[in-house]
Amino acid sequence: MVTSATSLGRNGLYDWLMQRLTAVLLGLYTLGMLGFFLFCPDPDYQSWSGLMGALPMQVVNTLVLLSIAAHGWVGLWTVATDYLTTRHMGGPATAVRLVVEVLIALALLVYVLWGLVMIWGGA
Amino acid sequence: MIATVTDKRPVNLDLTTIKFPLPAIASISHRISGIALFFAMPFLLWALDRSLASPEGFEQVRSIMATPLASLITWLILAALMFHLLAGIRHLIMDMGWGESFQAGRRSAAVVFAVFVVLMILAGVWIW
Repeated sequence: MVTSATSLGRNGLYDWLMQRLTAVLLGLYTLGMLGFFLFCPDPDYQSWSGLMGALPMQVVNTLVLLSIAAHGWVGLWTVATDYLTTRHMGGPATAVRLVVEVLIALALLVYVLWGLVMIWGGA
Repeated sequence: MIATVTDKRPVNLDLTTIKFPLPAIASISHRISGIALFFAMPFLLWALDRSLASPEGFEQVRSIMATPLASLITWLILAALMFHLLAGIRHLIMDMGWGESFQAGRRSAAVVFAVFVVLMILAGVWIW
């Protein structure tokens, strides 16, 4: 029997809330970026790096990056927990799920570190 | 603690024999688009990295983005992003207690697919 099935925080409610809060931020950011490219479809290097290099945008991009990692982890953990099970694939399922989850976590960590260097490296 | 059910109840998880109603297709598409976005991240980070590194890198990304393959990839990533966003907004609305009935769930799933198709046609016109 599973005593603790939480993926990110202390309990499922915290995970649920994190997934929603990050979803709202990522949704607003997506609309903002789409708006930018709609009104400025072909920016030059000056305006593009000017936008991304501005301090408020660096802060927003950092929050978005962390949100992607948290949101992605809760979502992908849920999918792995639902489909990589002994019912679907028999005995090795638990080992397979563990390996997949470690790879997902590593990939998200690389995204965050790569993104942080990108956002703050030029500053 | 709830007693464990020990009898062997019939379980059908053979996806090929299950008829999927529209909300189920929306649900699985939401998951697939989420997984797709996870795999799209390296492309997006790479493009952002190069485009900010130098004016030469910016021009490099600009010329790559103009190729048919990159346009297709851009459209596919946009499709995953748009579907995930639309289906996500539907979930958030349901979280607030609106449209949770069976009929409303069907209708909102249909709206998500309809808006998605229109947006992706517009995105196609925009990209090509």
